[in-house]
Amino acid sequence: MSEYRIQGATGEWEVVIGLEVHAQVTSNAKLFSGAATAFGAEPNAQVSLVDAAMPGMLPVPNRECIRQAVRTGMAIEAQINTWSRFDRKNYFYADLPQGYQISQLYHPLVGEGALEIQLDDKDPTSTKTIGIERIHVEQDAGKLMHDQHPTMSYVDLNRSGVALMEIVSRPDMRSPAEAGAYLAKLRQILRYVGSCDGNMDQGSMRADVNVSVRRPGEPFGTRTETKNVNSVRFVMAVVEQEARRQVALIEDGGTVVQETRLYDPDRNETRSMRSKEDAHDYRYFPDPDLLPLVLDEAFLAECRASLPELPDAKRRRYETALGLSAYNAAALTADVETARQFEALLASVATEAGKAEADVAKRVANWLLSERPGILNAKAIPADSPKNSLEANTAIVVATEAGTISGSKAKEIFERHLTGDIDLAAEIDSNKQTTDTGAIEAAVDAVLAANVDKVEQYKAGKEALFGFFVGQTMKAMQGKGNPQAVNQVLKAKLG
Amino acid sequence: MSVDTATVAKIASLARIRVSDAEIEAMVPELNGILAWVEQLGEVDVTGVEPMTAVIPNTLRLRDDVVNADPLTGGDIRDKVLANAPAAEHGFFGVPKVIE
Repeated sequence: MSEYRIQGATGEWEVVIGLEVHAQVTSNAKLFSGAATAFGAEPNAQVSLVDAAMPGMLPVPNRECIRQAVRTGMAIEAQINTWSRFDRKNYFYADLPQGYQISQLYHPLVGEGALEIQLDDKDPTSTKTIGIERIHVEQDAGKLMHDQHPTMSYVDLNRSGVALMEIVSRPDMRSPAEAGAYLAKLRQILRYVGSCDGNMDQGSMRADVNVSVRRPGEPFGTRTETKNVNSVRFVMAVVEQEARRQVALIEDGGTVVQETRLYDPDRNETRSMRSKEDAHDYRYFPDPDLLPLVLDEAFLAECRASLPELPDAKRRRYETALGLSAYNAAALTADVETARQFEALLASVATEAGKAEADVAKRVANWLLSERPGILNAKAIPADSPKNSLEANTAIVVATEAGTISGSKAKEIFERHLTGDIDLAAEIDSNKQTTDTGAIEAAVDAVLAANVDKVEQYKAGKEALFGFFVGQTMKAMQGKGNPQAVNQVLKAKLG
Repeated sequence: MSVDTATVAKIASLARIRVSDAEIEAMVPELNGILAWVEQLGEVDVTGVEPMTAVIPNTLRLRDDVVNADPLTGGDIRDKVLANAPAAEHGFFGVPKVIE
């Protein structure tokens, strides 16, 4: 893969990117209080006296939030710090009732790890390792709304105190594509681990994008940080726009200022957010309300034991143990939900068909990746329709695997099952394909007799007509003829 | 370690505490006195002594992930949360418009 370069007026520039990703930890209650975390509640309904920073309230950490951050660290093979501590990050803003955010600056829960990205979908060897500096646990802030009242801003503290993991990468990325692949890979792993739902449109994952430019081989340039970017596509756009802006600025004789910027998707540009010189003076200090967090071996062992098979390992297993193509293995493991569906259907089909999983894996993969989506798309049926059940899918795939019905009949019956109200077992039964040579021969004879002219042409060398005869025979048999048997009989009769 | 008038003014501004120039002038020697007093601790040789984080041996206790398990630290108390707000409308706190 060729290296990504910005072509400036004075030559080539290299882009250096680091991402700080805030991922909302999946938990029922908040990081330091018992208020709920569910999305979409009435304003300020999920706020405790702790989250509203009422005097005298003390934070007590939620074990599950710590556990999920540790499991995430283990999934990226990071160092887990059995001794960590919470610090106060002090600043004043209307969405922060405490006047400080409880975070971890000096002793984060998770230390150095790494994540491997693949740069070309079709080339499994096009990988690059992106370093992760740390993961720390911290509180989210509340939400401000500015457009509801002419002179006031409204504050909703439902999100205040919800647990976040801040996952800080090394400045190891060098192109928009690498930054996008890193965020997508991180999201995939978080969803596998179950530590974050990855719903970017609900704000469950947001990235702060650090970008700088330099002449290839020179030291790092001054970086800017574009805050709260909430999709893979926007992250890629931010990198490109910000790099171009910095190159143009430097080539015009200016200098890049270290500052916080905002991305405006409508205009596809970044702009300066605030240049208050004190903005970064957070006066961190250890939170006196919280003792150091010490994790014992039993806690770590449970975290490790509860980790699922991760996407890269799963993809390799699908290729080696199940014999799937690299493309199918990647498609089935791309999202944890797809992999879960595949494994459920695979187990169910193997059991019902009385075969080994490896023997039915290709058929199940094709059904899930190409045949079924074709039907769902054509009929605009949502994948979570109750009709699209494990039982129905199993019945169809098992009947195809056993040769009871043909592949085309399977699709047709499944489509009628989804759109209407049919007895699936009875439909499969009444559409059994026949290998009865007598019936097939009778059908073939009738087709050949009705198409004497085409038989002549075929015999004269127009071999493409073979498909026509197959089609006509299948049509005459209402699709129930076994395709191999029909082919054999036709070949014999046409000599 | 010592502070000057500029540092004191900056800390006051970061903490959103209004102090007059005269008060700052008075505070500089006071704060420097406190700092010097605390700095005496630096004379103690602590080589090989682990930093102490609490006076009694105690570790951080963790809570189960249960919503509203204790009513004192649970949610669903919007009226209480908003009770002292100078302005509250439609379930929100109302604050002077803050927009960048």
